[in-house]
Amino acid sequence: MAMIEFQDVHKSFGALEVLKGIDATVGKAEVVCIIGPSGSGKSTMLRCVNGLEDYQKGRVLVEGQVVDRNQKSIREVRMEVAMVFQRFNLFPHRTVLENVIEGPVYVKGENRASATERGRALLERVGLAAKADNHPQQLSGGQQQRVAIARALAMQPRAILFDEPTSALDPELVGEVLSVMRDLAKEGMTMLIVTHEIAFAREVADRVLFIDGGIIVEQGPPSEVLVRPNHPRTQDFLHRVLHPID
Amino acid sequence: MRRGGRVPAAAYIMKKFGMSSFLQDMINFLPALMKGIQLTLIVTVGSIIFSTVLGLIWAIMRLSSNRALSLTSATIVNILRAIPILVQLFYIYFVMPELGLALTALQAAIIGLGIAYSSYQAEDFRAGIEAVDHGQTEAAQSIGMSRGLMMRRVILPQAIKIILPSYGNTMIMMLKDSSLASTITVAELSLQGKLIASSTFKNTAVFTTVALLYLVMCLPLMGLSRWLEKRMGRRR
Repeated sequence: MAMIEFQDVHKSFGALEVLKGIDATVGKAEVVCIIGPSGSGKSTMLRCVNGLEDYQKGRVLVEGQVVDRNQKSIREVRMEVAMVFQRFNLFPHRTVLENVIEGPVYVKGENRASATERGRALLERVGLAAKADNHPQQLSGGQQQRVAIARALAMQPRAILFDEPTSALDPELVGEVLSVMRDLAKEGMTMLIVTHEIAFAREVADRVLFIDGGIIVEQGPPSEVLVRPNHPRTQDFLHRVLHPID
Repeated sequence: MRRGGRVPAAAYIMKKFGMSSFLQDMINFLPALMKGIQLTLIVTVGSIIFSTVLGLIWAIMRLSSNRALSLTSATIVNILRAIPILVQLFYIYFVMPELGLALTALQAAIIGLGIAYSSYQAEDFRAGIEAVDHGQTEAAQSIGMSRGLMMRRVILPQAIKIILPSYGNTMIMMLKDSSLASTITVAELSLQGKLIASSTFKNTAVFTTVALLYLVMCLPLMGLSRWLEKRMGRRR
């Protein structure tokens, strides 16, 4: 069974249709990158998976269970599928460690001592053990995003959604976040990633989806989609991303 | 002091009665006024707590995705804001018994002021909650938080910082408006003062004392809200 499955998903904001029939799957331990121009619907597609957006037609499935943001079951989906945001969205009134253990302790009811121990280990893993007692605003963007990844991991999710995780970062901080993500991919985490980092997608992704105008224009292994794209829209997009000042 | 010109009341009094007898009067009235202070504080604290709880309920109802809840809350808040507090007090104290709900004057004052002020509190709370970055809601949802947990653990702690300045202001207003309870026979500070004044005819000494006592009670509230703002602000 696929970890995440889109079946003919349609989504409109009022009269504007942003997803026009999306069909896609993400298998277990697979890393799938979604690329495409801004406004193409990539973030919306991602946000349908954990019910931050609803959709009007079709189905989104997580491990075979239908995602419906108006049902109680959405909370189980969200505990299974974590999310990392473009603007980090850490809780500013809590310390780094508190951010990480918030979900385990208050949502899952995990014992605080064991959650804390696990939280510290996760911070160690993203290289921020020393910042456990700081508040998020005392950290750089790259550090904040790594805390956000630790917070996602603390839920022990089956999959993680990344919504342009490096787009809000200064260029010199992008690498540290990508390196944490690369390690996750190696360890077999299922990841669905909206990104503009073509080089990263080429290296880490098992599959790449190119989405434009609310439909998936092209998909396949990065060695095809990113190196020898078939569709002229993909070629054009990649050209503009890779050679912005031509 | 020039004759015919307007002179400050206190200076006039000191000249006419002598400083010491004025102060002596003020001191003499204090024990009786203290009883009033006690009631003023009970009414104030009671109605602040009641209006806070009720205001929070209105605000959360208003922000609910359930249309009926949201509309109900908006209607109640607007009705409450449109009716003078005095009329609301009269309604609860004089009309409710006719409908079979008899309250003591003190109960009616606390409930009446609490209900009346809950509408202002609700609007302040709603504005504060709405001012919290929407990314916080999404982050809370994304780790599977229920609405209640999200409010308690993520939104309200951040909204409080935004609400605090206006909340401090409301507390001070409620302290002063507790004097409205005098109209439904609660012998709080202002009514106590009025009673003493009408039996002694020492209006100036009595009401000067009363005014000073309100001021003295307000100062800690002002200090408290400033301290809270500073303390909360530091972590932002």
